[in-house]
Amino acid sequence: MANITWKMADGSEISAAVKDGLNLMEAATANNVPHIEGECGGCLSCATCHVFVDPAWLAKTGEVDDIEDTMLEMTDVEREDNSRLSCQIIASPELDGLVLYVPEPE
Amino acid sequence: MSAPIVIVGAGQAAASFISRHVALGSPQPLLLIGDESHPPYQRPPLSKQYLLGELERERLFIRPLEWYAAQGVETRFDSSIVEIRRADKQVVSASGERIDYAKLILCTGSQARTLPSEIGGALPGVFTLRSIADIDHMAPEFQAGRKLLIIGGGYIGLEAAAVARQLGLEVTLLEVSDRILQRVAAAATSDYFRKLHRDHGVDLRESTRLARLYQADGRVAGAELESGEKIETDLVLVGIGGSPNTGLAAAAGLDCDNGICVNQICQTSDADIYAAGDCSSFERNGQRIRLESVQNAADQGDLIARVLAGENLTYTALPWFWSDQYDCKLQIVGLNHGYDLTVVRPGASDSSLSVWYYRGGKLLAIDSMNEPRSYAFGRKIIEGNINPAPQVVADPATDLKALAMGK
Repeated sequence: MANITWKMADGSEISAAVKDGLNLMEAATANNVPHIEGECGGCLSCATCHVFVDPAWLAKTGEVDDIEDTMLEMTDVEREDNSRLSCQIIASPELDGLVLYVPEPE
Repeated sequence: MSAPIVIVGAGQAAASFISRHVALGSPQPLLLIGDESHPPYQRPPLSKQYLLGELERERLFIRPLEWYAAQGVETRFDSSIVEIRRADKQVVSASGERIDYAKLILCTGSQARTLPSEIGGALPGVFTLRSIADIDHMAPEFQAGRKLLIIGGGYIGLEAAAVARQLGLEVTLLEVSDRILQRVAAAATSDYFRKLHRDHGVDLRESTRLARLYQADGRVAGAELESGEKIETDLVLVGIGGSPNTGLAAAAGLDCDNGICVNQICQTSDADIYAAGDCSSFERNGQRIRLESVQNAADQGDLIARVLAGENLTYTALPWFWSDQYDCKLQIVGLNHGYDLTVVRPGASDSSLSVWYYRGGKLLAIDSMNEPRSYAFGRKIIEGNINPAPQVVADPATDLKALAMGK
């Protein structure tokens, strides 16, 4: 279990306890986090689950592989150094307290 | 209390409509009616991770079951609608209950085509693949060493072949046309997947017509080909395409033509009734088309919620698709309908390449096999109307990212 917090551009926040093994796109849609769609179900084809990872957590959220790195070119809001596709981050006890920033389109 | 917006059919289009309606804070109440036991779920993993047994059922659900009530959305599952009474703005349930609607959203989907029962299409041991229930019936049969015969070399058949080989079944796949994926892709893409499946041990036969399935002890036991050859099998999967569920709409007098006809805002010939997803057909570039894809269902459902909230837009979304087979990730962007030229762009490895489709010199679509750069940058290239010359694309030295940036 990991407590995850999503922070929106308008300052609002959503926090949820996420079961180990779930990816954070699934966790976001289950908890009604806006702008996280995950249309492709987490198979790296839609880039609709883009988040910015709190820089303090970057090491713990793991490496970006080549496919994810390429798919980050397709995001609505332009990628930054701390961009991830949240379907590729898997909940585990090490991520307890993780903070993600949700990009606001337009 | 005012009548709700009623959504008939609980698939991807319905989930996207509801999600957008809720996100926009639209005040009208919603009632979702679905004839399966489950809340809206993702269908693509059915023929992949779910059939492999790698994904729990709840993880297919687009939103958890509890989510709907938490948003104030009323749901009725295991519930069929049998009639639309347009004059009264009511739908009628199988039990005869009349339910008022303010607006009606038809998300009735499509159904798998089957083989005629005269040639054995209804025998025990013959399956189609469309729903959770289909997989739950079929999965226990997918045992190592058993023989699986797949009828049809489209995406469903090919994905199931990949899963079956991974689980250790012996797989024979029959395609009636001269190449697999003939209806949906260029020869270069067919060539790629033919080799992929043969390399994984599938007995893949094109230009091969089934005559009939035959039985032994009340269960399918084999297939007789038109050539007279017989192929023994333990089970059969029929993957010969889908047809739109238009019965309800047609009986209510809504215009239907290879789907429920909708305009550019997904409205049917009745202004209070919309349709989205596999069941709808719409005009694109002067032709009426129908798409069976997550993208289309999700984008149409989303659009209807925005239109009902007063946004002024039309359906122009760029189609995209994907498929996973063994270690190949296929990603497609655009629609290749009517292509007159294709070029192959070699990928970084032996197992990667992309196929670019043109019509009259205009870039239409791209199939990317283990080549996500062609998909991601190709999408920007199509959206940006950049239209690179075929020889530019075919040159592996061309930097797609620079091309996508208009450089």
